[in-house]
Amino acid sequence: MNPSAEALRATFGDAIGRVAVARGETTVVVRATRFLDVMRWLKDTPGQIYNYLVDVTAVEYRDRERPLEVVYHLRSLARHANLRIKVEFDPRGDLAIDSVTPLWAGANWLEREVYDMFGVVFAGHPDLRRILMWETYAEGHPLRKDFPLRGRFSRSEQVRQALNANPEAHYSLEELSIAETYGEVPADVRDRLRRGERGLVGGSE
Amino acid sequence: MSGGRPRSVELELATPGVDARGRPVRVPLSAATLPEEPDLGGEHLLVNIGPQHPATHGVLRLVVELDGETVIRVIPHIGYLHSGFEKLGEYRHYNQIIPLTDRTDYLSPMANNVCLAMAVEQLMGITITPRCTVLRVIACEMSRIISHLVWLGTTSIDLGAFTPFLWAFQERERIYNLQEQWTGARLTTSLTRVGGMLADIPAGFVEGLREFTRTFPKTLAEIDRVLTRNAVWAGRTQGIGVMTSDEAINYSLSGPMLRASGVAWDLRRDQPYLDYETYDFEVPVGEHGDVFDRYLVRLEECHQSNRILAQALDRLPDGPVNVEDPHVILPPKSRAMSDMEAMIYHFKQVMEGVNAPIGEAYCAIENPKGELGYYFVSDGTAKPVRWRIRPPSFINLAAISKMAEGHLLSDLIAINASVDIVMGEIDR
Amino acid sequence: MKHVLETKEVAGQSPNWLLTRFDDLVNWARANSLWPMPFGTACCAIEFMATAASRFDLARFGMERQSFSPRQADVLICAGRLPFKLAPVIRRIYDQMPQPKWVISMGACASSGGIFDNYAMVQGIDTIVPVDVYVPGCPPRPEGLLYGILLLHKKIKGESLTIPGLRDEQTLGPTGLRLPPREIDELSEPFGNSVHQFRSA
Repeated sequence: MNPSAEALRATFGDAIGRVAVARGETTVVVRATRFLDVMRWLKDTPGQIYNYLVDVTAVEYRDRERPLEVVYHLRSLARHANLRIKVEFDPRGDLAIDSVTPLWAGANWLEREVYDMFGVVFAGHPDLRRILMWETYAEGHPLRKDFPLRGRFSRSEQVRQALNANPEAHYSLEELSIAETYGEVPADVRDRLRRGERGLVGGSE
Repeated sequence: MSGGRPRSVELELATPGVDARGRPVRVPLSAATLPEEPDLGGEHLLVNIGPQHPATHGVLRLVVELDGETVIRVIPHIGYLHSGFEKLGEYRHYNQIIPLTDRTDYLSPMANNVCLAMAVEQLMGITITPRCTVLRVIACEMSRIISHLVWLGTTSIDLGAFTPFLWAFQERERIYNLQEQWTGARLTTSLTRVGGMLADIPAGFVEGLREFTRTFPKTLAEIDRVLTRNAVWAGRTQGIGVMTSDEAINYSLSGPMLRASGVAWDLRRDQPYLDYETYDFEVPVGEHGDVFDRYLVRLEECHQSNRILAQALDRLPDGPVNVEDPHVILPPKSRAMSDMEAMIYHFKQVMEGVNAPIGEAYCAIENPKGELGYYFVSDGTAKPVRWRIRPPSFINLAAISKMAEGHLLSDLIAINASVDIVMGEIDR
Repeated sequence: MKHVLETKEVAGQSPNWLLTRFDDLVNWARANSLWPMPFGTACCAIEFMATAASRFDLARFGMERQSFSPRQADVLICAGRLPFKLAPVIRRIYDQMPQPKWVISMGACASSGGIFDNYAMVQGIDTIVPVDVYVPGCPPRPEGLLYGILLLHKKIKGESLTIPGLRDEQTLGPTGLRLPPREIDELSEPFGNSVHQFRSA
């Protein structure tokens, strides 16, 4: 077992859930309330120094009673130590957790992908928007278990939605703000955006 | 870009966030600001590069905010090749996922196959045979060579040198011949199976590969002579796109990107797998973290891979390639047709797949692009609950906005090339 | 010459000797200098690059000059899978190409969606752009792609200036779709092993 697990339990007590050791890997479940403190402790404390974030992902089980987990793989390069941290949510409830982007910059896109695929919202993330699907994708969050393999809409509807997005829907709001600062967004586009329309021609998202 | 009077922006700029009480709110984005001397007529240009563009190495879209030729901000957009791999993996048996892995990082397919088989074997607790171990090392190093050759060829084209592309692809054809002899396919190899390989190497393979290792350094020397001390090449790559070692670790870079920045981390040496600790090879580590260093690191890695291949060929042991477990490995067809027990094992594996024990496993290898990791979660059935690909290029590419700030537009192309991305892996 | 080309008696009847010679000349010129627009997305793009490299060499078919600008391209080679996010891009690039233009769908994914029968993948680019030649394979060998290009040559050589509407722009209909929705749904239905992939467990 990775000694960090015991150190975590000693430091954070109740905020640490169960610890599992299997196949040479240590997994620690952390409660969402003190999650950012735990991660900061793991990164900064001498003797831990998990300075490398390997991966951020989420897992939803087929069994609807099991919680949806957000899984973090951490590594300490100097100590050659790996650790898996999990945070559990009720899959039918709110999926919200603190972002670890202030600690590891590599988490930026990884968390965006978890948001896109699972709908988990990361508080404090500098730019949380869809990354793999287009920003105004309306079918849902693809990797959830209630999302069918072939999507919710019919194929012709999927083609129609893909082909008919407004051109400015392809730009993120940050880019549109740059264009607007230099006065390059046409008036009708600006009106449409102010009305909240980005996406299909003649319809709101 | 500092100071200046920020003009009020009329758009509502906000992305979803969560407030302290856990309720969704919209978080304001940072708006662009006008530069200090607006009367000079300075205007920033928003330029869209891609997704269809020869120099983006696939369907990558970069939206660049330019002040003249200088890049102020670059915002990459990905997802143009999103194919739903991870969702597909949940609907397939473990062996059926192997053809999917060819198509994520299609520049080094055999290495992905090996990583997947290793991850499932870690999940199921299977130990492979010694011959299989050496064959997998051979497959990984062949993949490293072909991936770096594509990188060399396409990066030279981006920076204006066309000929190394043809030399590199000619070498790749020789590896493709060997891959085709072994697996039947040039690119989509599907080489491994859980517990073993697709097949043992055919006659003539060892001689062919040995001939390759003998003559490959000559091509590398030619490319080296043309590029490394070339004034144009050095001028366009030295000092460009620098990532310091702390930044590289913080951005979770891996592979040559990480090593060029001075961090001596290579999974083959620091978390060894497939007996890599018994091979004699060096891991090149750069110093400046710029594009030139990444080029040198990859070029040297080709030399070292060649070295490992020669050693692996020397030590290739006899014996079976597949594990002797009939629950996991299909019996030979002749036995499946004649022996009842073998037929039943064949039937169960093909129709139901092989059940994995409940649990999870993360297995990472040193892919040519970086650390490729497969994370499996199993609920005891033959199809995984979750298959996660930890894509090295995805994480490496996220750093491009950091690397390109303040450089010229032409440097942005060089930096993009140096990240060595493959969109299939980024978008999965 | 103009009178001969515009004469109403020609349409629907076999063309005269002058037109046939002219057709031969034009088709020969077009077929032997097809400038490809390589819309390479995934693995097939690597095989396309291998076809363009020294061993298989596209240059001997007149396709040396790969045009990455659609304005100067003749044939759009869609090499690789096409997700829905990329669909408007390929449609726009197809629209930007001037006539005469052809489309080669290279690989199983571009032709039919390939192994990706899921929420993200267009099930064949022919639901979006009209395709002239389909090259099967995953990925097709360079020889396969060359065979597809030679088939396209044959198709071009069979064209004629007298066929009405052959070189008209095929724009999207008022629904925003190229084909009626029912036809897109039928083309996209699962087939082969895909039929079994409805259950996750």
